[in-house]
Parts: sequence; structure tokens; C-alpha cells
Amino acid sequence: MADSHHETNEHNDVRRLHDSKVANPLLRWIDQRMPVISMIQLEYGSFPTPRNFNYFWNFGALAMVTLAIMIATGVVLSMQYAAHTMLAFDSVERIMRDVNYGWLLRYAHANGASMFFIVTYIHMWRSLHYGSYKSPRELLWMLGVVLFILMMATAFMGYVLPWGQMSFWGATVITNLFSALPVVGQSIVTWLWGGFSVDNPTLNRFFSLHYLLPFVIVGVTFLHVVALHITGSNNPLGIEPKTKQDTIPFHPYYTMKDSFGIVVFLIVYAVLVFFMPNYLGHPDNYIPANPLVTPAHIVPEWYFLPFYAILRAVPDKLGGVVLMGGALVILFFLPWLDSSPVRSMRFRPITRWLFLLWTVNFFVLGYVGGKPAEQPYILIAQISTAYYFAYFLVILPFLSKFERPLPLPESIAHAVLSRRGGGPLPAGATAKPMEKA
Amino acid sequence: MADVLASPPKTSPAEPGPHHADPAHGEGPVRRDFLKLATGAFTAVGVGVMAWPFIHSMNPSQDVLALASTDVELGPIAVGQAVTVMWRGKPVFVRRRTPQEIQEARAVPVGELPDPATDQSRVKPGKDEWLIVIGICTHLGCVPLGQKPTDARGDYGGWFCPCHGSHYDTSGRVRRGPAPLNLALPDYSFTSDTRVRVG
Repeated sequence: MADSHHETNEHNDVRRLHDSKVANPLLRWIDQRMPVISMIQLEYGSFPTPRNFNYFWNFGALAMVTLAIMIATGVVLSMQYAAHTMLAFDSVERIMRDVNYGWLLRYAHANGASMFFIVTYIHMWRSLHYGSYKSPRELLWMLGVVLFILMMATAFMGYVLPWGQMSFWGATVITNLFSALPVVGQSIVTWLWGGFSVDNPTLNRFFSLHYLLPFVIVGVTFLHVVALHITGSNNPLGIEPKTKQDTIPFHPYYTMKDSFGIVVFLIVYAVLVFFMPNYLGHPDNYIPANPLVTPAHIVPEWYFLPFYAILRAVPDKLGGVVLMGGALVILFFLPWLDSSPVRSMRFRPITRWLFLLWTVNFFVLGYVGGKPAEQPYILIAQISTAYYFAYFLVILPFLSKFERPLPLPESIAHAVLSRRGGGPLPAGATAKPMEKA
Repeated sequence: MADVLASPPKTSPAEPGPHHADPAHGEGPVRRDFLKLATGAFTAVGVGVMAWPFIHSMNPSQDVLALASTDVELGPIAVGQAVTVMWRGKPVFVRRRTPQEIQEARAVPVGELPDPATDQSRVKPGKDEWLIVIGICTHLGCVPLGQKPTDARGDYGGWFCPCHGSHYDTSGRVRRGPAPLNLALPDYSFTSDTRVRVG
């Protein structure tokens, strides 16, 4: 009886169960009811991926690995950390000295933040260089910018937790940015602090948010990947795959390539953690926070330096804050600021050089951001800030009106199989407009 | 070895692609199987090595281990009195027994006890009046009453656990109730006539 009932169910109600192709009966039973195995097979197994990725396409996977490492180390560190101004510094020192492998977990977490930013900056540079932000991937790009801002917020609040001098004064300076807002500025700052200075309530909420935001990042990362799997990946040529010839299945080709990238990444990370764990940190943060003495030379963590330079480039308080925020917000509009239909810089002979100049310029901003706020650094910061914005607001919107792109290859396969990727082929004379995916 | 290296790479039947057709497959282990096993083994070892610091960080840390022993000054404790000291986060009962309490504890036939033990085995030789036990009921971990003169000490003059009604005698042995074992003895030693180090 039970069997026949089961039979009819299978026959009349098939659409309620997923048509699973999994061989193992137990896994198939699960997959019919919750097709995660089919989904993984579809999205990470047979998923058609452009065949011409270079190593820049490793960095999304690397960012995901770093996020996992940060959450894993963070969860165990928080088991030992005390979010109180009287205890925080000592609890971190206790982690370093007394907790089994505490030194390893903390150094892995602190340097993991740096690795996360290195990986993410390269990932973003890849998107800028190969035009991955352009239609139809605008939302994918914007979710990436959201992730970047969430990362910055999380990293900033995490840096406050050890409650050293740099923690305290970094928190003071960054929260005071909001005081530049007219009328409501001071009230907002008081609200952020939960008092009249950075103090215990501030530390408590920063700890709470530092634990919360990574999981928000996980959620947005999921959306980022969903959006990616709708449009498919861009590639170094910036042209869409047209036939099966242009793609290869994600597994085993890119699982293998990503695994190799992860091993190389872990080597670099391990060198940092085991041989130079404090290289990217600031020694002043090993002095307990003192609300009465500001360190002589206060700098943020290295990954904030370019934006810090933009902040200081303007002699006006509100202007500096607006420009620094604008440097991030402008990224949301990038898909519509760039008027060229050609994605990859390989085919944009003039923009390519101006973009590489923008890259150098970003490093210059980082350099002057770490220098004292005096001449000639202020002048350099001003020129660099001007170029940072000019690239987005002047060069990208207008240059394509004059620039003549190089001829695009007929197809990815064509370009790859003729050995010289992106070289001029006897196909069309000038660039065709990009087809929509 | 040279033969193996010289032969063309064999692939498993699962390998896609028509140009991979290889008459050798299906004939026992192939090189791909070795690669998969080696990769799997290295990954498993790597994950284990990576996991250990995370797991071990949750074990007692060095500062916790450093506080693992407690010194007790016995001088101020009068005959018939008891004190409770903290040792590794748990209460330790130190009781200076009266001669009558010692006699009561020794008069009981050991065979009648739920957890047979002589009173002599529960104190240090020559220190009969000092009974030192861990003050945690062996049933479900409550702290028995009986340290204060005003406490209920149960029917056997030792301790009484209010949670589920276990009675302990003046040697800390369970006499009645659900507790299966006598109150546990901590490691301790007399560092002088009036000092004891627990742990």
C-alpha cells in the first residue's frame, strides 16, 4: 500500500521533485528534494567558462578563501577576546602569550586582513582593466563595490579592537569624519561613540559589528556569485563566448587553476605570517590606548592610505570627507561613465595607457597617504586626487569619442588558437560594437 | 620506472574528450588514480595540520594551567570547622574533623558502602583530622551543603546535596541517594604542618 502510494506520487507529481541525475541513491534522495548537488554540478562542474582566463581570474576565488580564513580565525579569536577598554589590550596580549597557538591565530587574522585587501585590489584592478564592469555586468560590479565598502568598514572596526594607540586614535579620526557634516555632524558622532569620546560603548559596538559584518559580506558575496553566474565571466579579450569552442567546463580546468593559485597565495600569506608578522602593522599599536596622548605620526592601515591621501588633499574639512566618500561612490557609476563599448584595455590603445597611469597614480596616492601632511606631499596628493577623478569623470566618458579601438578578434577560440591572443586578425577592419550576452 | 615515465599518460575512463581514447583503460590502477590518492592524502594531512591550532586554542591556555594549584593555610581552622577554597574553578572542602567524626567514619563496615573505601584511604597518613575533598556531588555536579555549622549535613553528619538528596558521611563517602561515588579526592600534599597545596 505504501509502495503503490509512493508510485503514484512519483508518476503524478514528478514536477515536485527535482529530476536528479546523481547516481548514489542516498545523495539522489537528497538531491531530488533539495538540488544542491545538481546546482554545484551545474554552477561549478559543467559551468561553461571562457577558455582564455589569465591568472587575474584567480583572485575572486582567492578572496573567497581569505574570507573563510578570516571568519575561521576570527571566531576562535573572539572566544579569547574581551571587548572592554580595561581588558581588551591585555586580552590580546594573553592571546599572543598564553593561548595555545594564539600567536598564530592572531597573526593569521591580522595579516589575513592585508591579504584580503591585496587580493581584492587586484581583483578590482582586473575588472577595471578588462572592462568587467560593463553591460551586462553592472550589477555584479556594483555588488563588488558594496563588498569592498563592507570590507573597509569591517577592517577598520577590527583594527580598533586591540585597543592600542593606533586603534584608539584611528577610531577617533575616522568617526570624527562625520563631524564634518553640516548641522547634524556632531550629533552623529556622539551617536556613533555612544558617549562624548571613543570609549567603552564604542569598543563594544565595534566588536559586535566586527562580528556581524563578515556574515553580511558572506551574504553579498553569494549575490555577487549569483549575478556572476547569470552573465557568465568576462575574459581578457572582453568579448562574449559565442560557441562551445569558446568555453571549457569550470571543472576540472578552473578548479585546478584556482587550486594552484590558492597554493601560491598561501605561500605568500605564510611568509607574511611566519617571517614578518608585524611588517604591515604599526608598532604604536603595541602601546595601550591613551586618550590623553596622540601618537606623533598617525596613519591608517596601508590599505586605506590612497583614500586617506584624498581626504587630506583638500584643505577644507567637509570637502575632504566628500571627496574621500566620492572616490568610493563614483565606482558605483563607473558602468555608465565609461562610454566605450569595448571592454578590454587590450583593444583601447589610448585608454590603456591612461589607465596604467591611473594605476601608478593610485600607488602614488597610497605613498603620500603614508607621509606626513606637509609639502611636497600635499601638492602631490592634490594632483593625484585630481587625476583619480579625471579618469572617471573626463577620460572614460569622452575619450571613446575620439579613440579608435583595435579590431576585436572574431571569437575567443579564434584568438586563442591563432596563438597571439588579441593580435589583429584578418577579420573585420574596425571594432564592432559589443553584442549583448 | 623509466618505462612508466616513457609510456604515454593513461587516463581514467571518466576523462572527457574524444582524443583521449586510450586502449589501456579499464586495466587496473592508472596514473590518474595515483595522483588522486596522493592529492587526497596531502589535502587530508594539510587540513588536519591546519585544524589543530584552531582546536588546541580552545584547550586550557598557559595562564589557566599556571593557576592549576592552590595553597591553603590550615592554621586558622579550628577543630570541627570547615573552609571552602577554589581550585581550578571548583570548590574544595577542607574539614578539620573532631575525634568523634573520625571515629564514626571508621566504625562503618566498608562492605555496606555504595562505593566502598576505608576512611584511612581518604586522608593522608598521620593527618587523620584533615579531610580534603572536591565539593561537587558525584550525581549531577551540585555543591552539597554542610560546610557551615548551620547547614543541613544529612543523616550521616557529613554533607547533604539539596539537588537530589544524596547524603555523605564524615569521610565524604556517599551513604544514601542517587550519587554513585564518594566525593572525589583532589591531588594534594602537606607542604608543612599548617599548609596544604591542592593540585
